[in-house]
Amino acid sequence: MLKTFSELVTFSVLKLEHGCRLADALNFFIYDTLKIFLLLSIIIFVVSIVRSYFPPEKTRKLLAHKKELIGNVLAALLGVVTPFCSCSAVPLFIGFVEAGVPLGVTFSFLISSPMVNEIAVVLLFGMFGWEVTALYIGTGLVVAIIGGLTIGKLKLEKWVEQYVYAFQSGGRYEIVEQSFTDRLRYARDNTRDILRRIWLYIIIAIGIGGFIHGYVPQDFLVNYAGPKNPFAVPIAVLLGVPLYANAAGVVPIVYALVGKGLSMGTVLAFMMAVTALSLPEMIILRKVLKTPLLGVFAGIMTATIITVGYLFNALL
Amino acid sequence: MEIKVLGPGCPNCTALEVLVKKAVQELGIEARIEKVTDVKDIMRYAMSTPGLVINGKLRHSGKPLPNLDKVKDLIRADL
Repeated sequence: MLKTFSELVTFSVLKLEHGCRLADALNFFIYDTLKIFLLLSIIIFVVSIVRSYFPPEKTRKLLAHKKELIGNVLAALLGVVTPFCSCSAVPLFIGFVEAGVPLGVTFSFLISSPMVNEIAVVLLFGMFGWEVTALYIGTGLVVAIIGGLTIGKLKLEKWVEQYVYAFQSGGRYEIVEQSFTDRLRYARDNTRDILRRIWLYIIIAIGIGGFIHGYVPQDFLVNYAGPKNPFAVPIAVLLGVPLYANAAGVVPIVYALVGKGLSMGTVLAFMMAVTALSLPEMIILRKVLKTPLLGVFAGIMTATIITVGYLFNALL
Repeated sequence: MEIKVLGPGCPNCTALEVLVKKAVQELGIEARIEKVTDVKDIMRYAMSTPGLVINGKLRHSGKPLPNLDKVKDLIRADL
């Protein structure tokens, strides 16, 4: 139906000729824009409702005193559905530690949450199909589990600021109960807010994609970070670490890079590095973690993401 | 009435503060609005920000934010 509509606009309303490059590019652009916005609206709405059932207070209770591995797996999964604002990272960290969530398990949560989320999933699905999306979710979770497990095994509690362990909230946090109507309204507002924030990035991404679709430019980038360069993955990851954007901001770049001939593994590793590791988050976390622990965290993440990138390139 | 907005100062917390001020103004009531930014003080009430505390009780916590009508309802319930 969307296809018919975009063809109708391109060929009947604007009267462009079949087979002409501009017409193909425009047809692709209209179709993709409609498809992605429809998908985004539906999925963000549904995920918002699901998320309202997983407040951080509940997640904390679920993860308290969990054994390693099981705890890490659960934390990575809960990171996907628990809503949290990046500025909550500090109270959340203290709250988790206070409730007896092991350090490594807490890290699995903090890693997976920004990296695997509904916006990343929808955009990847809309632009690259379900295989790439499934691969990204799967490996994103694996990266979060391995990262957290490693930090747990290294016993780095000594590099957590002292006051975190001394902190006592003196009780459990209450969960403010919501009616289903409330949840629906939150979901509607949330969908609207997110779309309002990211629509421009998406239009740009699809625009770039449509352009490449119609014209296919050759680019020198491929010579430097293309499939033939064995160091493409580490280069992309190291470039991605200091950069920070949320999933909506980075997918357009990813799309353009793939269009220019970079391997999928290289590009997905870049995306993980951008979303999972960021300077602003590090600065926020410095309030609870000493610098060596932040360094170890960044190091483990970089190494794991590079490995994943190579693995992707070998598999795809 | 005493209203506290909990949050270290991210856009979401600022947005909630703006909403609360607007709600108080539109309801035409007397209220002392305080912004709580210190983590330890925040954590006396909630773990996820932004938070809304009315007369010492936590009424909202975390994302997504309540809208203006919801904030008004929450304030009215405690009048």
